[in-house]
Amino acid sequence: MGATSNVGVAGHGAGGAGGGAGAPARDESAPPGRDRAPTSAPRPFGALFWTAVAAVGVTYVRALAFTPVEALQGPAQKIFYLHAPAAFTALYLAFALMAISSVLYLWLRDPKLDRVAACSAEVGLAFTTVVLITGPLWAKPVWGTWWSGDARLTATLFLWLIILGYLAMRQAVEDRELRARYSAVLAILAGLLVPFIHLTVYLFRTLHPQPIVLKPSAPSMPAEMAVTFALAFVAFALLFVALLRARYRLALAAEAREEADGSGGPN
Amino acid sequence: MTPVREMPGTAGAAWTIARKDLMVELRTRVAFLAAAVFAVLAAAIFFYAWDPTAVSALDLAPGVLWVIFTFSGLLALNRSFGAELTDRAIDALLVAPISREAVFLGKALANLIFVLGVLVVTVPAVVLFYNVSMSWSAVAALAGVVVLAAVGLVSVGTLFSAMAVNTRLAELLLPTIALPFLVPVVTSAAQATVLVMGGRPGSGVWEWIKLLTAFDLVFVAACTLAYPFTIER
Repeated sequence: MGATSNVGVAGHGAGGAGGGAGAPARDESAPPGRDRAPTSAPRPFGALFWTAVAAVGVTYVRALAFTPVEALQGPAQKIFYLHAPAAFTALYLAFALMAISSVLYLWLRDPKLDRVAACSAEVGLAFTTVVLITGPLWAKPVWGTWWSGDARLTATLFLWLIILGYLAMRQAVEDRELRARYSAVLAILAGLLVPFIHLTVYLFRTLHPQPIVLKPSAPSMPAEMAVTFALAFVAFALLFVALLRARYRLALAAEAREEADGSGGPN
Repeated sequence: MTPVREMPGTAGAAWTIARKDLMVELRTRVAFLAAAVFAVLAAAIFFYAWDPTAVSALDLAPGVLWVIFTFSGLLALNRSFGAELTDRAIDALLVAPISREAVFLGKALANLIFVLGVLVVTVPAVVLFYNVSMSWSAVAALAGVVVLAAVGLVSVGTLFSAMAVNTRLAELLLPTIALPFLVPVVTSAAQATVLVMGGRPGSGVWEWIKLLTAFDLVFVAACTLAYPFTIER
């Protein structure tokens, strides 16, 4: 597994991601006035979004063309460059942010925090959907089955269902303040549930590969793969931030329109 | 029902509320009969849903028991706070000079006794239909698992019932948000039951019982603390 000629490409890839990481600073200086402009159509996708898309593109070019093929799994392993960073982003960014902003909401009662929690739940749901679709696609050639009764798969599926339940509950409560409190309580309890689902995973028989990248000892993979993985994580984190910001702006616009409609109707 | 003159403590107030709920149930017996009949019917339906010559009854019994437990439990929890909506009875509970934690614990205690009552019907029905033979020590172990699982179900279920009744979806929302939380409870209880009913209780059972106990401690505490946040002030 020695494609040493790829080192140069790795430099380009890292450069692309570096440019992406630099983008938010440039972008955030531009739009504060646009946040509260309900009359004009919201423009949720800015330069940050397109930088994130470009970073994801660079990652996949590198993953498909310039990263060695795994000896045992063959080309099927390539889907991990999508599966693992999506899982990482959903769990450790989206749902962590959702839980933290929910705790802070119950303390500070700032509607912004509720909005952040709701938006990261929705974006996290999208990333978890990617995890649940790419997993079976990989499992069919490698395990020989689309789905197994494996605990980690089941746990992810249930996490996906919790988020669906969370969003269903948000739809079912009219009052904004009540909705925020209920949502925060549900999100915090879901945060407490995750360790229990993980304990269940370890006690139940498990087929799922043990963690390769995020484990206490060093990642066990060649350097080229590790770089591609790192790139994929950065690209996905960037995409998460971009989508979260886009969703947040749409939520603001929707609330502004709701208020405009509400005050226009009865008066 | 003796009128309480002095301010009761949290435990006293919780017991008063639990006793009120149980007395209402004892006088009407609507919900308990519905849940108990559901449990026996479900055990019978599951018995005929699989070919007992293809799958051994001992492999089916634990799963059947805990699926019935889950759904009959949800049936009980749905009416826990639904009953308080009539004439806004919940408002009277909330203006009482007792802590909100006491209201939650009282509701949860009534639900726990209700769910355990349903299990007293369910477990013998499953044991009978699936012809499970257990030693007395296995029966004691199963009783322990049943109590721990019921505490877990009731803690999250009572809180979510309180929330669900105030939403537009009402009782339809409860299973959607509560079922994922029952995954560790049902998995642990079912796995422990497999080992106990199969007559091989070893260290494996302890692992599941430890997980159930930890779940109970964390979620009884978390749900009791979270309940006041769900009440309008």
